[in-house]
Amino acid sequence: MSNFLSGGLRAYLYRELLLTFRRRGDLLKPVIFFLMVSTLVPLAVAPDPENLGALAPGIIWIMALLATLLTVESLFSDDFQDGSLEQMLISPNLLVMPILGKVIAHWLVVGLPLTLISPVIAIWFSLPTIAVIPMMLSLALGTAVLSLVGAVGTAITLPLRKGGVLLPILVMPLYMPVLIFGSATIQAAVDGLAWSGSLAVLAALLAIAVALCPMAIGAALRLSHND
Amino acid sequence: MNLNIQWTWFHRLGSPRWFYQKTQRWLPWLTAITLILLLIGLVWGLAFAPQDAKQGNSFRIIYIHVPASIVALAGYYIMAIAGAVGLIWRIKLSYMLMRSAAPIGAALTFIALVTGAIWGKPTWGAYWVWDARITSMLILLFLYLGVMALRHTYSSNETADKASAILGLVGMVNVPIIYKSVDWWHTLHQPATIKFTGAPSMHPDMFMPLVVMILGFYLFYAVALILFARAEILRREYRASWVKQLAIDNSAEK
Repeated sequence: MSNFLSGGLRAYLYRELLLTFRRRGDLLKPVIFFLMVSTLVPLAVAPDPENLGALAPGIIWIMALLATLLTVESLFSDDFQDGSLEQMLISPNLLVMPILGKVIAHWLVVGLPLTLISPVIAIWFSLPTIAVIPMMLSLALGTAVLSLVGAVGTAITLPLRKGGVLLPILVMPLYMPVLIFGSATIQAAVDGLAWSGSLAVLAALLAIAVALCPMAIGAALRLSHND
Repeated sequence: MNLNIQWTWFHRLGSPRWFYQKTQRWLPWLTAITLILLLIGLVWGLAFAPQDAKQGNSFRIIYIHVPASIVALAGYYIMAIAGAVGLIWRIKLSYMLMRSAAPIGAALTFIALVTGAIWGKPTWGAYWVWDARITSMLILLFLYLGVMALRHTYSSNETADKASAILGLVGMVNVPIIYKSVDWWHTLHQPATIKFTGAPSMHPDMFMPLVVMILGFYLFYAVALILFARAEILRREYRASWVKQLAIDNSAEK
């Protein structure tokens, strides 16, 4: 039974990671995007530490959101084009498990590196040192939610060749709670308040997303197969 | 076998033809009651309800703003549930209702936002304030627009219906957060006035017209939904024999 459940997850997680590591250039793109767009902010507004420190919690989260959104778009499209998605859909395993494997791989490749590189941005934006650990925790949990919810949007728009700006339109409203509680965690830590509350809400959002998103993704993928 | 017999009424309910013919009879009555309620509520609220102690007459926009907001929020549930019924029982009619609910809900959300902005100017001194409830109404508008944007992009109606239903269900998880946001972030906006658990903190003379207006808006929503759905039925079922017969009868009358 456990093989039946975990088999698909482990196989797809391994496959996705292997595919990504074969194209190491792609691996760095989200991180580079994250760092480059963050560089634009001090150039656009006055770069004094006070100003930037006030903006930092929001900026860091918006950048993480955009980086996830841009990368999640290709989560299923390669498999859709070369037919391996069809194999996944007709396999006897529970569809939820391979999907979860793919999304976990996406988080490991995008969310985790962003979390690990974020202290650099904290330094750039002169964020107080107290806030660094809460920031990393909130990013680790929040980007996982972003990956899951983003995958739902990608799965829905998969058969549309000219998806383009449709994916952000569908997904952005669903991202807003994560953005609110993610930046609230950092802000509370900056102000010296208890930040575990908003972090707990992020964890709760992740629990809901893990439970519900794979099913929605599965239903949407089956649609893409029929259209 | 018994199960089949018990479910027939449910599937008859889902037949577009049945819906079209029944609503033909209901529509005049529903429309009349809606108009009467809205007229009573508007005249009562705008002319006879007492002035607010602090806001004077400007508070009277509440009689449009609050009903529109409530029905806009409820409309999202109606749309998502209609989509879910379509996904689960594969009922064509509920997809048509879902499709019709999206533009009505979006329009009501827009009305709520605009009246809120007009009300905000004399009360807070600004048309737009980044307050929790205004922001969540804006998110609701985006959710509606997402569902509406999705349906025009698919080649087949069936796929568009199912995709919109999935999106609506996913968005429905967000709607309780919109409701709860009132309690989560206390900013400029006053906390919710109508509490269903306790006595209303508004004076009854002000409150009763509001109740009439809320009922009126709900009925208006029903009438609009029926009208949109009837048009949608004709558009999708134009090949069905009863629709052809209907067209022949109509042209014969003229």
